[in-house]
Amino acid sequence: MTQLFAYIPHKNGAADECALELLTAAAQIDATAQVTGIVVGSGTDLDAVCNEVAGSFNEIWKIDDVKFAYPNAEIIRKALIEVLPADAVFITHHNSFGMDLSPGLSILVDSPLVADVIEMEVDGNTLKTVRQELFGQVYSHVNCDISSGAIVNIRPGAFIPKENAAAGGNVVDKTVNTDVDVKRRYIETVTPDSGGVDITKADILVSVGRGIEDEDNIEMAKELAEALGAELSCSRPIVDAKWLEQARQVGTSGKTVKPKVYLAMGISGAFQHLGGIKGGFIIAINKNPKAPIFQVADVGIVGDILEFIPELTEKVQ
Amino acid sequence: MEILVCIKGVPDLEENEIEIKSDGTDIVRDDLVYSINEWDNYAVEEAISITEDKGGSVTVVTVESDEEKADEVLRREMAMGSQQGILVTDAAYGKGIASVLKAVSEKGSYDLILTGAQADGGEAQVGGMLAAMLDRPYASLVNMIEVIDDGKLKIGREIEGGDQEVSEIDLPCVLSIQTGINEPRYVSLRGIRKVSSVEIPEYRASDLGLSADEIGIDASKVKRVDYFVPDLGEGAEMIEGSMEEKVNKVIELLKSKGGMS
Ligand SMILES: Cc1cc2nc3c(=O)[nH]c(=O)nc-3n(C[C@H](O)[C@H](O)[C@H](O)COP(=O)(O)OP(=O)(O)OC[C@H]3O[C@@H](n4cnc5c(N)ncnc54)[C@H](O)[C@@H]3O)c2cc1C
Repeated sequence: MTQLFAYIPHKNGAADECALELLTAAAQIDATAQVTGIVVGSGTDLDAVCNEVAGSFNEIWKIDDVKFAYPNAEIIRKALIEVLPADAVFITHHNSFGMDLSPGLSILVDSPLVADVIEMEVDGNTLKTVRQELFGQVYSHVNCDISSGAIVNIRPGAFIPKENAAAGGNVVDKTVNTDVDVKRRYIETVTPDSGGVDITKADILVSVGRGIEDEDNIEMAKELAEALGAELSCSRPIVDAKWLEQARQVGTSGKTVKPKVYLAMGISGAFQHLGGIKGGFIIAINKNPKAPIFQVADVGIVGDILEFIPELTEKVQ
Repeated sequence: MEILVCIKGVPDLEENEIEIKSDGTDIVRDDLVYSINEWDNYAVEEAISITEDKGGSVTVVTVESDEEKADEVLRREMAMGSQQGILVTDAAYGKGIASVLKAVSEKGSYDLILTGAQADGGEAQVGGMLAAMLDRPYASLVNMIEVIDDGKLKIGREIEGGDQEVSEIDLPCVLSIQTGINEPRYVSLRGIRKVSSVEIPEYRASDLGLSADEIGIDASKVKRVDYFVPDLGEGAEMIEGSMEEKVNKVIELLKSKGGMS
């Protein structure tokens, strides 16, 4: 019998919204399984989280220590190695924490890792998953032998949160003594300066991606945004290249936006980008008819943005 | 500081349209143009700039059964300013890649090992696995490195919302590098010519004390069954027609959906 464990992320005494996605993922592995939520942290914040999620999971394992006040995967991994049974199937998110934690955990507990899973089911000892490769250009079926456990990193947002699970679990204290020799020590979290830019309030976002091709072309996107009374936003490579400020980046490592209309121009539609778009009518313009953005957009145009943008600007003016 | 950077050549999505073979076993690889994985290029730049500042040297390594492709990728990154290249010509998969890199790293003496945060498979796993195998501290998604002294670094990790998690990490360690950490230098044709005759040592798994079996697909508990095109439903409504028609349609939508006056 597989034992399912879900790592519950939390902050300031509250579970992250995505915590209940783990239950949906677990149910795809085994709809009748008991799911144990693992909550690692410290003090009253930790107790608040445990009480909050206890109703949704069959059992909550609480791991309490001041050294877990900040979720440092390097130390949390050590605690998990101590508490997880050998054949555990452990589910967490494929985000900045899961990417930090899971590869090493998979080696140390000697269980295979399947990362960035968007769908799954179980057939005997085989976990059958759906993933993407080449940044969303292709899908693949990936199978994993879970007879001796597994680590599964699920894609944030790919599983609909199971809101009304009423499992009524107990909170069990599983605090263990972990090795105190910490080789990566957390100092602080720094929020970059927005420079007065706020893309989260705009009704219309003109959003440019790598398809804009050259720094000089940013100007034409600016002109369009101005003509439309819109804000200019972008995908990550534009910020990496320092063509626009970080405060204009849409995505999981940028801003979350909910405009009325999102004009995605020369943006392929990687999941980390789409993760920042929480609503609105998406119009996508891309020269590649197979670009993944067309799967999520409401309206699509196959074309060259370097031709399209000036035409649109002129017509609007 | 002695730095090892693990790199990979990946299909260049700007140069290729990706097609899946009819039997689903692979993507169509004939005439595929490869380039350096974007994340790895930032890792190499970071390594080079650290050694320019603090001394030491940079070695780039790739695990790749296609020698020609591997050679091109290695020389491109050596032309940026890495002193050595190492090629392991075996087909390794998943955890097997980390096992090979572990063996390679143990042939040298590296203070710092860098990987890209992820490559074309999107697993983001090699760096973390390697660190665990070597029992070294690890940090993923690193977007800032400052050398404090011979024993430690100050690093930033990119977390959700674009915040930066700042920590101190002991050397030797393994870091996976996020894009945007620096501005990678351009590689000139002259630069590539200059390294064209540098010898790149080649190893097989057996030279490293590994068997091809233990790093290959058969040993992996995680296996890709096929590539496929899912039934994605309708997708976007595609607007066809002349440029003028398309522009007019977009303006109409901006008015009706976006409240533009
Ligand atoms: C941990 C992590 C966090 C990340 N966070 C974010 C994030 O917050 N936000 C984000 O955006 N990304 C993020 N990324 C990066 C993400 O994975 C993608 O690499 C990125 O979104 C790609 O940006 P893009 O679509 O602009 O570029 P590409 O994927 O290169 O796409 C460019 C598109 O432009 C099209 N194109 C090219 N030229 C033209 C033209 N002339 N006319 C029309 N179309 C053209 C191409 O067909 C292609 O579809 C993150 C990655 C990681 C690993």
